[in-house]
Amino acid sequence: MNGSKLLMAERTYQHFAAQMLVLSSVILGLVPLIWFAISRGGLSAFRLDAGVWDVLAFTLEQAFLSTVLSVVPGLFIARAMARQNFPGHTWLLRLFAVPTALPAIVVVLALTSIYGNKHLLGGWIELYGWGGILLAHVFFNLPLAVRLFYEASEQIAPENFRLSAQLSFTDKEVFWHVEWPVLRNIVPRVSALIFLLCAASFVIVLTLGGPTATTLEVAIYQSLRLDFDIGRALTLGFIQIVLCFVLVALSGRVMLQSVTHAGNQLFQRRFDGQGSVSRFIDLTMIVFGALVVLPPLFALVSSGFMQLQISPQVLSASGFSLGIGFVSACLDLILAWNTAQQTDWFSQGIALSALIVPPAVMATGWFILLQPFSDSLIMVIASIIALNALMALPFVVSILAPAFERRRKKHDRLCAQLALSGWQKLRNIDLPLMWRPLVQSFLLGFILSIGDLTAITLLGNQGVVTLPSLIQIQMGHYRGSDAAGTALLLAILSLVCAWAAQRFGDQYDPD
Amino acid sequence: MKKILLSATMLLALGAVAQAKDILTVYTYESFVGDYGPGAKIKAKFEETCDCEVKWVSLGDGVAVLNRLKLEGKDTKADVVLGLDTNLTAEAHDLGVFGKHGVDVSRAKVPGGWTDSEFLPYDYGHFAFVYNTELIKKPPNSLEELVNGDPKQKIALEDPRSSTPGLGFLLWMKTVYGDQAAEKWKVLKNRVLITAPGWNEAYALFTKGEVSMVFSYVTSPAYHMIEEKTDKYQAANFVEGHYLQIEVAGLIEASPHKALAQKFMDFILTPGFQDNIPTINWMMPASATTAPLPAEFDKLVKPAKTLLYSPQEVNAHRREWINEWFKAVNG
Repeated sequence: MNGSKLLMAERTYQHFAAQMLVLSSVILGLVPLIWFAISRGGLSAFRLDAGVWDVLAFTLEQAFLSTVLSVVPGLFIARAMARQNFPGHTWLLRLFAVPTALPAIVVVLALTSIYGNKHLLGGWIELYGWGGILLAHVFFNLPLAVRLFYEASEQIAPENFRLSAQLSFTDKEVFWHVEWPVLRNIVPRVSALIFLLCAASFVIVLTLGGPTATTLEVAIYQSLRLDFDIGRALTLGFIQIVLCFVLVALSGRVMLQSVTHAGNQLFQRRFDGQGSVSRFIDLTMIVFGALVVLPPLFALVSSGFMQLQISPQVLSASGFSLGIGFVSACLDLILAWNTAQQTDWFSQGIALSALIVPPAVMATGWFILLQPFSDSLIMVIASIIALNALMALPFVVSILAPAFERRRKKHDRLCAQLALSGWQKLRNIDLPLMWRPLVQSFLLGFILSIGDLTAITLLGNQGVVTLPSLIQIQMGHYRGSDAAGTALLLAILSLVCAWAAQRFGDQYDPD
Repeated sequence: MKKILLSATMLLALGAVAQAKDILTVYTYESFVGDYGPGAKIKAKFEETCDCEVKWVSLGDGVAVLNRLKLEGKDTKADVVLGLDTNLTAEAHDLGVFGKHGVDVSRAKVPGGWTDSEFLPYDYGHFAFVYNTELIKKPPNSLEELVNGDPKQKIALEDPRSSTPGLGFLLWMKTVYGDQAAEKWKVLKNRVLITAPGWNEAYALFTKGEVSMVFSYVTSPAYHMIEEKTDKYQAANFVEGHYLQIEVAGLIEASPHKALAQKFMDFILTPGFQDNIPTINWMMPASATTAPLPAEFDKLVKPAKTLLYSPQEVNAHRREWINEWFKAVNG
């Protein structure tokens, strides 16, 4: 028992401070809005109508299906990619980073070039309706799931694969005894993330689903914007918060302590999945993943290739995007470093908070609070960065958490024995061991932020134009073809970042 | 001692005036400013006439501008607000922050004339269905024909809950059909392939060829004719008349720069402002421009009749009408 107590993560002051920082920025978004609603309409401001339950039912149904369709194949594609090596392996993995950076409308347009009325696979899928919504959500989230699971499987101790090969484990046994103990920790977390992303989906659901497809997020947006009914928006927001806490609690139940052996730091070599049947299945999975992700990216290239231009506004928008992305990814790393080490449900909830509280609600609350400074450019940029960092935090945490778990298993006793802590521990133990997941989680935070349209729309003004908002502006001025060029540039930038992150991440491999 | 203090204060005050130019803060929507909007040119023109600086604060769209005012109330930092439309002015008036613009309203040339002493129009545009001439040979010539048209010919609309043109079409249906609007929506529904959250998405899918018709403005074909030199996209002329959108500006009563704000309001209906409307904002000018409009504008649909609810009617019924629409299309 003493051993397991020692294995609990130490809860230091920094961890506590980071958690409180996240929590208070969420609360600072909610409280002014509650106050505003009460001061305008009293408590009767919070009310609901019957239509809400239909909206809720649709939200849950659509998000559930999208999640299942992304997570289950994602798990097997990640496994296939981890155990098979083939030409283009690294590039496929890098390309899987791109969809996360793309604004929803860009994806919708790319999908119509493939599955639209008069196109290649027109009529294959009912694009305007359930088919399209699920397809678009899978395009976004399947590659995300693959990358998250792939990163987690990198955390499996290499000795386990050697041992299982020595013991002549079948592929099934390898899965259940070696891979699943690590993955079952991350599957509920990734599922919860993707579920929340799909539940908050807006442009895709409305454009492809029409008015019959109204999610909770659409209803919140409508209340906050068109009706300016803050009471209703808050009530809907609270429903979402309750929903998410149920989800987090459920996934916490499923999430057992992983029982994997920490192992030494060796090159991970896989001995499983080399039979011809396994190879065939793996290949099919990989081809399936590539078929979901690559054709729309190809459409993006073909529509944007001739339109790529380096004009002053494109340069300035790239500058803003990269700058905001870089700072918010740094902020994410600092916050995630301190929140990913705890595995209790409270910490989990904190890491998820920006997905739990609708960003539109949070941004409005912050605005009320920061109103005296609303004409300061620095304040505008800072709040965009903060909202971006909060929205990306859960994803960054989900890459770092399994790595922390492994580090803790492996080194914490030793560190405790050697009384190694603080800077010494960070430099000699944490950084070398955590380097790859750190770089990968930085990349994810960065890509989520450069592709963000939520924070910039809610908080931007004063001429802060990022690449996604430039796409919006170009489309708004009939310049759809310029927008296609800008979208391609955004995709190229995120691919370059994925490439750099991989090179950079593999460089500092310890041992 | 008092005298010294007093004169010191006065000197300081004078110094402050001499140092800083007056800054006129104008709230507007995103697409009005930036590299594609008329904002920069209008700013330069106005600054020629005064020793001042125009500072644009751009927010998503007209609704976002109004919501910003609702949040800020009397503490708003705006001196002038530009970019609301007549569907929003009743609500904007109720905020109690706008003052009289003091401009002679007879100078405003908008269909149906102008009488409002609080808000001043700076441009207008009739809504219209724009169609792809390669896909549609015989466009509908009435709303009735559109509603009952071939369900195989698909159209794209905007969602009235999130989009200004979307709300415009909802009001158009209501002015023409009144109590029967819900029934007509149920018929029209069969032709609607896309109800996009905004004009951007709907129009992009239209130019991509996904639908043969989109809800937009009478002036949209002017862009394609002038900038892209193509007649491919044209607007359909409806015999029932076309619903109108009038974009307006107003000044904040409590503004510390009220004289300057008033000057800006006066500037709105001069060619210095209006010249930048037709081929940059792609709307119709609300007053004379220096040069006549480009020849392409003569080819645009000229609605026989203008349809428009008063701001008060829209404000009183909007929620109820949106609910009616929502039930009809979900039925």
